[in-house]
Amino acid sequence: MELLNNLALGFGVALTLNNLFYCLIGCLLGTLIGVLPGIGPIATIAMLLPATFVLPPVSALIMLAGIYYGAQYGGSTTSILVNLPGEVSSVVTCLDGYQMARQGNAGKALGVAALGSFFAGTVATFLIAGFAPPLAELALKFGPADYFSLMVLGLIAAVVLAHGSIIKAIAMIILGLLLGLVGTDVNSGVARYSFGLPELIDGVGIGTIAMGMFGFSEIIRNLEQGENREVFVKNVTGLWPNWKDIKQCTWPVIRGTALGSFLGILPGGGPVLGSFSAYTLEKKMAKDPSRFGKGAIEGVAAPESANNAAAQTSFIPLLTLGIPSNPTMALMIGAMIIHGIQPGPQIMTAKPELFWGMIASMWVGNLMLVVLNLPLIGMWVKLLTVKYDYLFPAILIFCCIGVYSISNAWMDVLLAALFGFIGYVFIKLECEPAPLLLGFVLGPMMEENLRRALLLSRGSIEVFYTRPISLTLLIISAGLLLMVAAPSIAKKREEAFQEG
Amino acid sequence: MKIGHPKDFWGGVCFAAIGLLFLVIARGVPGLSFLPGYTMGTPARMGPAFFPFWLGTILFLIGLWIAIQGIRTKGGEAGKLEKWHWKPLLTVLASIVAFGLLLKIIGMLLSGIVLVVGASFGSHEFKLKPTLILAVFLVIFSALVFVVGLKLPIPLCPDIESLQTMPVCRG
Repeated sequence: MELLNNLALGFGVALTLNNLFYCLIGCLLGTLIGVLPGIGPIATIAMLLPATFVLPPVSALIMLAGIYYGAQYGGSTTSILVNLPGEVSSVVTCLDGYQMARQGNAGKALGVAALGSFFAGTVATFLIAGFAPPLAELALKFGPADYFSLMVLGLIAAVVLAHGSIIKAIAMIILGLLLGLVGTDVNSGVARYSFGLPELIDGVGIGTIAMGMFGFSEIIRNLEQGENREVFVKNVTGLWPNWKDIKQCTWPVIRGTALGSFLGILPGGGPVLGSFSAYTLEKKMAKDPSRFGKGAIEGVAAPESANNAAAQTSFIPLLTLGIPSNPTMALMIGAMIIHGIQPGPQIMTAKPELFWGMIASMWVGNLMLVVLNLPLIGMWVKLLTVKYDYLFPAILIFCCIGVYSISNAWMDVLLAALFGFIGYVFIKLECEPAPLLLGFVLGPMMEENLRRALLLSRGSIEVFYTRPISLTLLIISAGLLLMVAAPSIAKKREEAFQEG
Repeated sequence: MKIGHPKDFWGGVCFAAIGLLFLVIARGVPGLSFLPGYTMGTPARMGPAFFPFWLGTILFLIGLWIAIQGIRTKGGEAGKLEKWHWKPLLTVLASIVAFGLLLKIIGMLLSGIVLVVGASFGSHEFKLKPTLILAVFLVIFSALVFVVGLKLPIPLCPDIESLQTMPVCRG
């Protein structure tokens, strides 16, 4: 009963005219940038942070969340029609989606992707509603030492589940933690690593880093690669799958949703991992795996359901523990802090209208996306014909204005350019920038909890292994690290990311 | 000596250098007045230097480890450094920097045009006329959305008093 009451409260917030409007804006913007290759939700949310200053926090977060899951819907459109992923999480959709389009089944592929995503979104919404409260309650029992260990686990898991070299990802996390410490130390008032620049006394903004490393360096990379796009839009008709398709897709959608929901909750999981794993799973379960890559409808249904489910369940650690599971969630934490909300387990009790309003809005947003997107596909297709030469200056100017507006500081624009350069160097050295952003958000929190834990224990590190919660979390972290260090599992992990 | 995996090697060198930078600044260098260092404190009473010093040390060691592994392992083709494309890198970054430096002085309308035209030099086929049209369209659109619509305090016109009183410039 309590759940229903809570959901009623949430829908009461989400269904106000104002919030419906911002949810719609978020979903539309999300689809737009999802469709467009070369700009993702991270840069967009960073760009729009200053625009949300005038909004009440609930509306702001509803809109920003809409951008994130809206992008999952949009990304599939580009994958299917252009064979180019609009978002990383739609990479695998290219494999079978584009083949379906070439066989004249573009409409069916788009329809299945949208309906599967909607199903996944609905399930994930209820999962959040069901799982978040007990998790938040548990988290309220956490002491500083437990919190510190939880963050260690979160960061380790993020590394293990991300692709690429593990040791490099750990280095990126530590670099992120260090960057997060720039600025005034709350306990002593000392301005650390500010090099005498007044702009750095408050630290580097998360928007600045995100824009530089995910917006600017992405643009530079796209420019050096040149473009090669072929829009496949001969006949986008027959969006509704027939009975046979539905029967064929039911289990893949359910499996994709389950897998995606689970992987979304894990730190470092999220949509990308969800869609890759769901595709691999379907291929393994299929009676005739050779159909995959040649237009198998399950190859669209499962990963598209999984990425949407994962995009939504990744809000669970954010809303209950205050810990981001992926870079977009790190930005959401930044947005919460800007709006004066301290992320953590107390949100649910202190601000129930925000907590449940956001959850309810996700379901509303998913409904909007299905209803709006399918008819709008013609418009998205037109957008895809815009050349990147005209697109990137637009992205660039919005990014620059966004960076400047976060605190009206021109210095931030220069800093973002610097991070754009750093991001480019790291891309060239094959170091993923995503863990850095996670570390950046957690840096100050980790230091604070470590400080408190050691203060309470009078400097003894025993506290980390005598408290049962902390000990369990640390054992899981160590286990994870040992697991990926084992050669056989390391190989499996490589395979999961190389599928296709 | 031949480096087997240049990508890892240089990645490790970067991490080690950054780690070293952070730990040295935290600890300070005796005798250098611009590097006084922060208070270390004890574990029970951590000073501002404590956490960054240890993190910097760990990063330095991990960087060193990656670099050494980079020398020893044979990376083959995958380990080779990718070619750098200086043109898009420099044009885009320089335009962003120019935008940041010029914004307060000549306003968003003009610096936005500088940004768009400058960055477009980096693209494959640059044509002045369509780029200029695009630039004008984008700055007007941005002014309408961000300054008129969202009321963000962004200077639009050059910083000359007579211009500032014009209604156009205040959004």
